[in-house]
Amino acid sequence: MTGTDQIQTTAPGNSMKMLQAMVGIGIICALMIVLTFQGTLPIIKKKKAEALEKAIFKVLPGIEKTKTFQLDQNNNFAALEGEGQEGKVAYAGYDQDGKLVGVAVEASGQGYADIIRVLYGYDPEKQEVVGFYVLESKETPGLGDKIEKDPAFQANFSALDVSLADDQSTLKNKPVTVKNGTKENPWEIDAITGATISSRAIGEIMGASTEYWAPLIHKNKEAFGLKANENKQK
Amino acid sequence: MSNPIQDKPNTGFWGSLKDSPSTDEFIKGLWRDNPVFVQVLGMCPTLAVSNTAINALAMGLATAFVLLMSNILVSSLRNFIPKQVRIASYILIIATFVTMTDYVIQAISVDLHKALGAFISLIVVNCLILSRAEAFASKNTVGKSVLDALGMGIGFTFALFCLGAVRELLGNGSLFGIPFFPENFQEWIVMILPAGGFFTLAIWLIIFNATKEKRATT
Amino acid sequence: MLNRTLNISTSPHITKGIGTDDIMQNVVWALLPVAIFAVYSFGMSALMVLLASVAACVLTEHFLCKFSKKESTISDWSAVITGLLLGLTLPPNFPVWMAFVGGVIAIALGKFIFGGLGYNVFNPALVGRAVLQAAFPVAITTWYPAFLENRFSTVSSSTFTMPFMEPTVDAITGATPLSAFKFDHVITPASDLALGLITGSTGETCALLILLGGIYLIARNMMNWRIPVSILATVYVLSGILHLIDSQAYPPPLFMLFSGGLMLGAVYMATDMVASPITPLGVVIYGFIIGLLVVVIRIWGGLPEGVMYAILLANAISPHIDNLIQPRVYGTAKSVKGS
Repeated sequence: MTGTDQIQTTAPGNSMKMLQAMVGIGIICALMIVLTFQGTLPIIKKKKAEALEKAIFKVLPGIEKTKTFQLDQNNNFAALEGEGQEGKVAYAGYDQDGKLVGVAVEASGQGYADIIRVLYGYDPEKQEVVGFYVLESKETPGLGDKIEKDPAFQANFSALDVSLADDQSTLKNKPVTVKNGTKENPWEIDAITGATISSRAIGEIMGASTEYWAPLIHKNKEAFGLKANENKQK
Repeated sequence: MSNPIQDKPNTGFWGSLKDSPSTDEFIKGLWRDNPVFVQVLGMCPTLAVSNTAINALAMGLATAFVLLMSNILVSSLRNFIPKQVRIASYILIIATFVTMTDYVIQAISVDLHKALGAFISLIVVNCLILSRAEAFASKNTVGKSVLDALGMGIGFTFALFCLGAVRELLGNGSLFGIPFFPENFQEWIVMILPAGGFFTLAIWLIIFNATKEKRATT
Repeated sequence: MLNRTLNISTSPHITKGIGTDDIMQNVVWALLPVAIFAVYSFGMSALMVLLASVAACVLTEHFLCKFSKKESTISDWSAVITGLLLGLTLPPNFPVWMAFVGGVIAIALGKFIFGGLGYNVFNPALVGRAVLQAAFPVAITTWYPAFLENRFSTVSSSTFTMPFMEPTVDAITGATPLSAFKFDHVITPASDLALGLITGSTGETCALLILLGGIYLIARNMMNWRIPVSILATVYVLSGILHLIDSQAYPPPLFMLFSGGLMLGAVYMATDMVASPITPLGVVIYGFIIGLLVVVIRIWGGLPEGVMYAILLANAISPHIDNLIQPRVYGTAKSVKGS
């Protein structure tokens, strides 16, 4: 900063010039941002939808087609058309004959480092979790992030029992994380050695989420099936 | 020399720069005035997103792009911008290109955008870019500013890559995601944590300064 | 030194001062029983870890002195202490190459980079362990049970892992009392803890031997007794209060006192003469901060053990403690405002 320039009192003409410069640059910048935004928006949307779709295909093995459903106030599922995924949504997946394979829902909870967001697939026929995918986690690299990659840990979720109790509104056994190597029951999650905290966090997230979603989805499983057939006829 | 604040434009390092050929504008950013190893500018992205070689390269290239574009715009508008509002104008210009880069990176790869996270937006406060705009582009022609930005940008990318490669090799046992060591290699987890960034930067600085000193003495 | 001839002189009549090497040697003697007990309870694996870390520290110190063209300072025994302390904080089945790396880091990064003995900001052994903890979090939290039948004839399968290779996980691993409490809410009886009949780092098991060594050093006036006393008292009182509030959620104070690395840390690491404050009041504040941090990390933190981080953090603020409570220089005004 050169001192002498700053001390000068600004003449009226000078401030006009300043205004012109700022407004001019502002307009140029705004134009550039708007152009880039418009140009990249469809691509970004497509990529994000693709990423979600890929995750849904991962947690619901053998599906061909997905459809988004939204939960309304009366706890009924309605097919979601077009934009605006607000509120609670579930993604139903169908095989090539249009038969419902399962429903994928998102769950999140506190991990060791930050919130962990996961997507898991629920099969209302078999009443079990059939797939699991970590959408977002900041767990310690090399330790906690094994929840994303460890095949043995992932295997916990290929058939995790979340059967409903007799009253159809609660789980018979809430999924829970147990110490590594002590998994005995189909509703237990075998923890990763050395990553107890992250494993437990996943257990808690899954327990809380399945307790909420499984009865709801099971109750409304016709809603998902019907919509698929409707779609097929179109 | 390590302090590029522009108090005396006609003496010392910056004065001598005026007389040097234009190729020097490009070369100086690569080694002699390397933004990371010599000027120690832009430490936030240097330490935070150099945990893998790919992240480091992406971050370096994004910064280089913003630097190049802002240098071009600043130097072409340098006679139009009044002195009193120059910093505000520079920030406006830099922020524009950062926002554009942010969208473009998202469009290229959602995963990469997630890995770089908040640090793309933080390019706007990377003092390297503002210092080049203030110290160089506002005083030089467009051509020279392009050379300066390219040199500095490539130098920054190179430095980030040096850090990223070492950290990924030790911390992940891989380079560009390709496994480099035998399968049961023990990863040094600390290297991909923030602390590893400081260690690696310190070691590179030691190497850099040691070679420089040796050259000076011989 | 004694003079041969009768010497009549005025005071002071100094015969022999206690040098750094005397103190350091005595610390080594005080640590030896702990090390021997470690070898007795964990066998050859623990011996290998201790030897590797001591050798790494001494060699690093020697070569760095040579490199910077100074006289080798290994004869002051401080590198041996750093090595012993580092080895005592590692799990007995820790791979030897990692222990060696830890020793090199402890001396190079924890001590030499600051200018050698007397200038280190942090306790070097803990710097080495902190880096190891961050670098190899799995290996450093894989524990080996004590008193195995064949502990003197065989070593754990991970001890002699090839350098830079991942250790094979032993079929037999144990849980430390602290992790057992944190994750499964099991409380180990205090008598087992005090006598060292438990799983843990090589040296953090037998609390009584550590205390004996500390008392020896205090009796010889080679250690500031206020540091361990204030740390242990803080931990005891704080965890006692918590235990009174809710005896289900919070462990009993004796368990807190004797488990993990608290004893070793309070007696041998927090008392690092360079990295702790100088004034008596400052030392008590320093001990209180360590005790507070230990309780907070153990009870509310994500980690089962927090003595290492507690001491390192307190090391970092100890010069500021000294600054804050600087005693008034005799003869100056009681409060100097605005200076």
